[in-house]
Amino acid sequence: MDSYLFYGLTILLLAFSFYKDKKKSLMSLKKGWKAFENILPEFLVVILLVGVMLSVLNPQTISNLIGKESGWMGVVLAAVIGSITLIPGFVAFPTAHLLLQAGAGFMQIGALISTLMMVGIVTMPVEIKYFGKRMTILRNLMAFVFSFFVAFVIGKVVG
Amino acid sequence: MISTIKKYRAFFIVLICVGFLTVFNRSIGIKALTISAKSFFEMLFVIPPVFVLLGLLDVWVPRESMIKYMGEGSGIKGILLSLFIGSAAAGPLYAAFPVSAVFMKKGVSFRNIIIFIGAWSTSKIPMVIFEIESLGASFALTRLLVDIPGIIIIAILLSKFVGKEEIKEIYENAHQMNNLD
Repeated sequence: MDSYLFYGLTILLLAFSFYKDKKKSLMSLKKGWKAFENILPEFLVVILLVGVMLSVLNPQTISNLIGKESGWMGVVLAAVIGSITLIPGFVAFPTAHLLLQAGAGFMQIGALISTLMMVGIVTMPVEIKYFGKRMTILRNLMAFVFSFFVAFVIGKVVG
Repeated sequence: MISTIKKYRAFFIVLICVGFLTVFNRSIGIKALTISAKSFFEMLFVIPPVFVLLGLLDVWVPRESMIKYMGEGSGIKGILLSLFIGSAAAGPLYAAFPVSAVFMKKGVSFRNIIIFIGAWSTSKIPMVIFEIESLGASFALTRLLVDIPGIIIIAILLSKFVGKEEIKEIYENAHQMNNLD
């Protein structure tokens, strides 16, 4: 639903832009297209990798690995799974809900959600294109470590 | 033509690998391709506004005002604005990177760009609402309360770790990528 809101806003701004200055507006569309085209090859790679990953992993496999009793080992596993995979939020949250019902612990789910959001190994080619190798690796590494802290706090507060 | 093929080389290699996978394990291969096709169309639906807005931002918003509000020395105001823009965004994290490139071109500070990316990845408002619905308010809000300071700390540390020279290189690279002529 937020996509529609975003479309509405974009169309409104674009209409206003055309009203103000047609040439500039065409220029902005051209720039937007260029930016998209620039990133498309990496996008396509990411999408294929995600497809393969999601076809192998399923909620049952995951919840077997990160049950309540799995402790920090489970947290590490959850963080690794979350870092490698890329699942959009509207799939990730209901899946996490299912995992909790299937016996996963809150701390482990905290690590999974946090790394899903902040760490992206499959999206690294895209990130490297814009930020370079070193910076990309550093950012992902820090987000990975930070996710353990997030998991710890969630485990204490919610679990 | 040749440069196009070169650009998509990695994609074709992965595609061929998935093809082999399908030969060896039909069900997994077909499932992978179906999921990929589905997420491709999902992407085509979600992403266009991001790139149109990016183009508008590039053309209409003057560099001076971006520097003033989000550049070096924009202080708390810049941090809050970066958090807000990232949280108001829609779309997957990888769509945030091209937007960052335009920010770089406009003189937004490196720290604020990393904060923007952090917010895009963790505190998008519609996503948080959805998270509350599926995992409960205490889970979502606890995560948010830890994440927001975490994003800022990571951004500050990263801009310290990564030297001025390297940041300069990253900015120049972004400049070239946005160059139309």
